[in-house]
Amino acid sequence: MAEYVVDREIDARGSACPGPLMELIRALKASEKGQVVAVLSTDLGSKVDIPEWVEKAGHKLLAVEEDGNVTRFVVQKAR
Amino acid sequence: MTKATASDARTEQGANGRQKMSIILYSGTVDRLTAAAILATGGAAMDMQVNIFLTFWGLLALKKGAWQDPQQQKISAEFAEYAPMIMEAVQANKVKPWIQLLREAREIGEVNVYACGMTMDLFGLTLDDMEDIVTDVQGVAGFVAEARDSAITLFI
Repeated sequence: MAEYVVDREIDARGSACPGPLMELIRALKASEKGQVVAVLSTDLGSKVDIPEWVEKAGHKLLAVEEDGNVTRFVVQKAR
Repeated sequence: MTKATASDARTEQGANGRQKMSIILYSGTVDRLTAAAILATGGAAMDMQVNIFLTFWGLLALKKGAWQDPQQQKISAEFAEYAPMIMEAVQANKVKPWIQLLREAREIGEVNVYACGMTMDLFGLTLDDMEDIVTDVQGVAGFVAEARDSAITLFI
């Protein structure tokens, strides 16, 4: 089991690049430091884009879970 | 630090320390505008200073309300057969309208949108005729001066 609590879950399935990334950026902006946001994406680019952005922006990627064509990214706001 | 390193660092960064992405947006077709808007979003997300220089058809596409006018929503001629598919993706909200992508890019990062002065003259336009995301009028030399130290430069 994961040792984190997801504060907000975003369903960005069906949204094309850069939709899921933008939804994640917006959600993290509205979150408090330490909170956890999960985003669901079917956009293939997200698999590279989201981890890349999370690192650049200085947040923490807690998990990447794949289920069929859906990827779930769990990100903690770190600053 | 060696001389070369110092120089490299200087040439790739804007005054605020951000790397720059320069986009010369010449095309006014929806497919190319969308590609430019997505790239600008990526630049803004990755903390780059994005400078867009609107010229010719790219400038006309940002006239107030033009993006809402079906008469002005064109797909590049060589890909016209895909027009219905692209418009459908936008209608279904799978792909956001390019102007909305540009607005969102400006919300998350530093995106400057400049109108080419020469094109403004040619079509008798002023900044008042343009969408509010167009920040200023720029000349070619001014844009080149700003773009010369870009890490990424694109002509679309």
